[in-house]
Amino acid sequence: MIKLSYQKQLKTTDGFFELSIDLDIPKGAFICLYGPSGAGKTSFLRILAGLLAPDKGSILVNDIPWYHSDKKIGLSPQKRNIGYVFQDYALFPNMTVQENLKFAQRKGQTKDLIPELMEVMELSQLANRTPDTLSGGQKQRAALARALVQQPDILLLDEPLAALDAQISTKLQDYILNAHRDYSLTTILVSHDLGEIMKLTDTVVVMEQGRITKSGRPQEIFMNRQLSGKFQFTGTILSIEKQDVIYVVTVLIYNTIIKVVADATEIQELRNGDSVVVASKAFNPVIYKIPERS
Amino acid sequence: MNWEPLLLTFELALTTTIALLLVSIPLAYWLSKTTSRIKPVIETLVSMPLVLPPTVLGFYFLVAFSPNNAFGEWLNSWLGLQLVFSFGGLVVASMIYSLPFMVQPIQAGLASLPASLSEAAAVMGKSRNITLFKVLLPNIKKSLLTGIVLAFAHTVGEFGVVLMIGGNIPGRTRVASIAIYDEVEALNYEAANFYSLTLFAITFGMLLLVYLINGGYLKRFWK
Repeated sequence: MIKLSYQKQLKTTDGFFELSIDLDIPKGAFICLYGPSGAGKTSFLRILAGLLAPDKGSILVNDIPWYHSDKKIGLSPQKRNIGYVFQDYALFPNMTVQENLKFAQRKGQTKDLIPELMEVMELSQLANRTPDTLSGGQKQRAALARALVQQPDILLLDEPLAALDAQISTKLQDYILNAHRDYSLTTILVSHDLGEIMKLTDTVVVMEQGRITKSGRPQEIFMNRQLSGKFQFTGTILSIEKQDVIYVVTVLIYNTIIKVVADATEIQELRNGDSVVVASKAFNPVIYKIPERS
Repeated sequence: MNWEPLLLTFELALTTTIALLLVSIPLAYWLSKTTSRIKPVIETLVSMPLVLPPTVLGFYFLVAFSPNNAFGEWLNSWLGLQLVFSFGGLVVASMIYSLPFMVQPIQAGLASLPASLSEAAAVMGKSRNITLFKVLLPNIKKSLLTGIVLAFAHTVGEFGVVLMIGGNIPGRTRVASIAIYDEVEALNYEAANFYSLTLFAITFGMLLLVYLINGGYLKRFWK
């Protein structure tokens, strides 16, 4: 159980804003931080990892204070057993994939997870390659494996799949989900990808301007609750065309382009580039807009 | 031909470079990390030898190290160090004189590495020292090589500082650059030419090697 309650003044290009967090994260949860860029999501991860210190408040993990401003406690990142997959992966360029994993091993660690992780993440072929010779997906796998070597209790993922194409990221989502279950992790993911969020996480925490504005199950946050859809997909509107009395909306869902028929009232709040859910309601698919991120 | 001044020159350059490397790595690391307000002051001090005439440095060293005043006497009585007109004094003065040539490339190299590398190592429970020696320094080999060679070559090329603080004692402080000046004054052009040509050839070779290595021409030998 992670109990967060802290404030931190953050400097941005538009001046200062306050990150103010009150959140309990149950053990074994898979949480997504969702919100516009500059909302403080990465700072949230950095504070939990100990790379950034809050101004006041407390961070309790299993009732052990990692940070407590009144008691003057601030555990260094070295002492918080956390796996962190950075946005740029942060693989060490001077080491091969295997050496990267080996470096992550803790002193006195009894169980050597490296062979298992190399196998599961399909890194065996790449063991002796250096990071600069790897593709984005391979780097991501190596970074994920490296973060798990030290058998962390908490796994932090900072938009790890943002730079990858849909096919590879689908596969990596499976790796992440399996790791989360197999190693009974508490995982916190920063993501903008609705498909990814729906697939992986059990709770979405929406952040805006340094504050948590909403939290709940992904379906509650992103979808109309009354909807009893047989199937539903999220995608992006490519174009809206008028044909006689109806409109044809072209939507990109992963790498598939589909056309959905909509009427004049439905079309009113839709624009090109909007994120939408396409769902079937009884017989005909309906289309409506997902509430904006920003 | 008398090889003594040339050997002394390279002995001085080698000693200075090794000592300077040991001092510069922590200093450059601190400068690349710190947010302290005195950072600009320290950076300025490190860079001063670039702009000051070597004679200014030499003059103040001479005054500071002289056994006739407090600091020089303290060095002499407590540490048994006589830094004026001695090889030890040359090494100390050369270290200060070549400091920016070693510190600046290493600092720039460390600053160019993404912060996430040290952060990733910290999250893995690694201490700062392990991170520095296993992760940061191995990724700035080019900068280290540049710093080492520049500091070495710059020490070889010293004249003013050495003349002021070392004088011209054969076998102890009479390095090649001083010997050249000496021989020219004595109108002994043949000996001056020997020293000069040797220095020219060796320093040319060294710098060429750096450019070849850092330019990737010798990639097979340096990774």
